[in-house]
Amino acid sequence: MLEARVRLSRGAFALDAEVVAPGGVTALFGPSGAGKTTFVRAVAGLARPESGRIALDGRVLWDQGTDVPPHRRGIGTVFQDARLLPHRDVRANLLYGAPGDGRLGEVVDLLELGPLLDRRPRHLSGGEAARVALGRALLTEPRLVVLDEPLASLDARLRGAILPYLARLKATGVPMLLITHDAEEVVALADRVAFLDGGRVVDAGPLAEVLGDPVRAARLGAGQAGVVLTEADGLGVVGRVRARDVVLVSERVEVAGGVVVPVRVERVRDGVAVCDTGGVRLLADVGDAPIEGMRFAVLRGGP
Amino acid sequence: MIDLPPEAWEALRLSLRVAAVATLAGMPLAFAVAWLLARVAFRGRWLVEVAVLLPLILPPVVTGYALLAVFAPAGPLGFLPFAFRWTGAALAAGVMAFPLMVRPIRLALEAVDPRVEEAAATMASPWRVMATVTLPLIAPGILAAAILGFAKAMGEFGATITFAASIPGETRTLPSAIYAFLQVPGAEAATRGLVLVAVVVAVVALGLSEWLARRVAARVRGA
Repeated sequence: MLEARVRLSRGAFALDAEVVAPGGVTALFGPSGAGKTTFVRAVAGLARPESGRIALDGRVLWDQGTDVPPHRRGIGTVFQDARLLPHRDVRANLLYGAPGDGRLGEVVDLLELGPLLDRRPRHLSGGEAARVALGRALLTEPRLVVLDEPLASLDARLRGAILPYLARLKATGVPMLLITHDAEEVVALADRVAFLDGGRVVDAGPLAEVLGDPVRAARLGAGQAGVVLTEADGLGVVGRVRARDVVLVSERVEVAGGVVVPVRVERVRDGVAVCDTGGVRLLADVGDAPIEGMRFAVLRGGP
Repeated sequence: MIDLPPEAWEALRLSLRVAAVATLAGMPLAFAVAWLLARVAFRGRWLVEVAVLLPLILPPVVTGYALLAVFAPAGPLGFLPFAFRWTGAALAAGVMAFPLMVRPIRLALEAVDPRVEEAAATMASPWRVMATVTLPLIAPGILAAAILGFAKAMGEFGATITFAASIPGETRTLPSAIYAFLQVPGAEAATRGLVLVAVVVAVVALGLSEWLARRVAARVRGA
């Protein structure tokens, strides 16, 4: 678990943020200039806080009397630009920070790096270099992987191609701190999200909670509000159902590729109706439409 | 090969020794100064820049005079064994060659992407980053600096003759020998032979250092 409180000022900009990453994927979300990169640089040991405390799994990495050097922090850092060693082949890059080559095969399989091993970084595509950077961080056997906008320098098509690899990284169980300004990345990967704006954490919580609250979800952008449904919810839909994929109707109807459930509208706020399906909360994007008498919800979507 | 009188061979051997010592002794200091100029922001940096370049611009005889003022037997550092010794010739050659040793190293250091070094620093100690990232990337620049410095030291004349004189077998290096042969009738062949050696050394050194400088650029790109 990462517990980091970082205070740091650069000219007119002041960062004063506390982020807790208990495990799984914690997303640090915010616009450009919010202080995300400064925060993670402090966590990685590449920037010095003025005050605060950084601890990983109970071990203090930085406070007023402690400053563990970056390579001893047990943090694998993935930068926006892959930053591979240009004069070494992929194999040597992967093993650069590794305690041994015992896990090389496993990581090569996980990220499908086999055909790249003997190439120099210059002969890798942007997406391939990003994957090598992921593997290199993972092979340091870190207690935490910090990803500083790992997809931001890739085009939309490549981002889509790399996301599954990030999901695989997550599936290995290694805790991750994901810095991003892309709501899709947050929704696709995060278990928790902290919103950083103007150097401060303005909101933080489990992703499902944040998405299920129209006001908090709006921080991720219009259209991201919705719920994360599991088998236990018993609605016949598993995965993420966005508010815009839920339509309220007055009578039960037959729909193809959808699910109809009875609901009770609790309240409407900012064009989003918060409904109770009998214990499970559901959000429906209703805009200005009148919803008097609406008693059923049609759910489209899924994971 | 070239038919040279024994005095010429002696001058050539001496020059090789003087240049080798000047280069070996100068390179670590040149690396430190290049690092300082390329990587460290500090007040008074322009002073260091000027001091490093000065021997390139000053009349060599002035540099020799300055060395004499400091290292002559009556000077403040006169107890050191330099004046009128081959070591003095090496010192003069080293000082004159110093700017040419600093520059390629500095340019190579500036060509290295600091973000790559930073990424490596999250995985390895500063010394290991230096040994496995920085030095390998700038290696051609270091070699270029040594070659240029060596060639310049081989050919240094003005400061050497001022500071260490032209004592046969002790401080009469290749350029001093050419100058001495020019004063003597009938030594035209020896003069031409040594001139040829000097030209070949200079051309080969420049060619190699240019090629190595391009290697630095290619290396940091990963070619």
